[in-house]
Amino acid sequence: MKLPFALFIGLTLGASLCQAADGDAGKGAQIYQRCLACHSLEHNRSGPRHCGLFGRPAAAVPDFTYSQALKSAGLTWDAATLDRFLENPLKAVPGTKMAYAGIKNGQERADLIAYLKQATHDPAKCPQGSSH
Amino acid sequence: MSSTTPQASTTTDARRSFLSGFGKFTLSATAVALLAGRDRLALVGSAEAKTAGNDVTILNAALAAEQEAIAAYQVGATSGLLQKPVLDLAVQFQGHHKEHATALATTVKKLGGTPVAAKAKYTFPVEKLKTQADVLGFAAELERGAVSAYLGAIPILDDRELAKVAASILGDEAMHWAVLRQALGQPPVPSAFVS
Ligand code: HEC
Repeated sequence: MKLPFALFIGLTLGASLCQAADGDAGKGAQIYQRCLACHSLEHNRSGPRHCGLFGRPAAAVPDFTYSQALKSAGLTWDAATLDRFLENPLKAVPGTKMAYAGIKNGQERADLIAYLKQATHDPAKCPQGSSH
Repeated sequence: MSSTTPQASTTTDARRSFLSGFGKFTLSATAVALLAGRDRLALVGSAEAKTAGNDVTILNAALAAEQEAIAAYQVGATSGLLQKPVLDLAVQFQGHHKEHATALATTVKKLGGTPVAAKAKYTFPVEKLKTQADVLGFAAELERGAVSAYLGAIPILDDRELAKVAASILGDEAMHWAVLRQALGQPPVPSAFVS
């Protein structure tokens, strides 16, 4: 009896984790509005532009001055690294210049990340040249 | 410290402005009153100096965003797209952001940090700003972002007095956001909580 029970728990847990990871990009676009004091997709502001973000190493926008901390963090942006960073930037990368407490709600982060994944490679939002 | 004199004069000016009785100076007076409480920092040891460094990073991030907002309102106000009375509002809101920037820069200095300088040039999506509504929408987006940025700064500021200053600025920027939404014909206050 023990094994099937463990399997059941495992499956249920796995399913709910997958659900949390399954973000809604439409809701994520709303959440992204929280970032717009410091970021935009296409242009550097007090934070770096986000076009091309997904799949790119951290601190890679050439004409933005990053903190040493983010430059030497050795991160590449994907769903997992963004999830960790956006939950608590200062904890994930101590010394980062991104002075923001983070997004504590896992579903909100999943939605935001789904949006970033789509928008940062959408040619309508990120015309040529804005992704480097 | 060579910076003592200019700070003192800023304080006096702001207080004088407040005494002149215009509601729009209330914020800087609040900030200045709180800033005055920072004088004890001159006396603190290295442990507090370290947490002050963290707060300096946060305040400088806020300052950079305020400077950008000032520049954005400049673009809006000189675009020729804004009609009175909306134009007057934009100029007044820009004035608030200038006061925020002054308060933040003064505090950064008091904490022993160097305030970030405004950039010589900002890039805004001017090609997308063709009507008054476009300009108001862009400003609303910045104000909405600023509310979230301060909300994201308050829990990580070590000094609770500085968190109070940040909350005071947040309140002002939330009002800007609501007024801009109203001007756009949107429900001015979209929800019970801001995030
Ligand atoms: C207070 C301003 C501010 C806010 C608000 C803010 N950021 Fe940032 N962000 C920055 C700065 C500054 C950096 C550069 C960090 C560094 O160099 O350490 C940054 C860096 C980043 C990076 C790394 C980019 C790269 O090129 O490596 C990501 C991803 C990011 N921010 C996402 C977000 C998202 C998503 C939000 C909204 C939930 C957000 N930020 C809110 C200021 C901000």
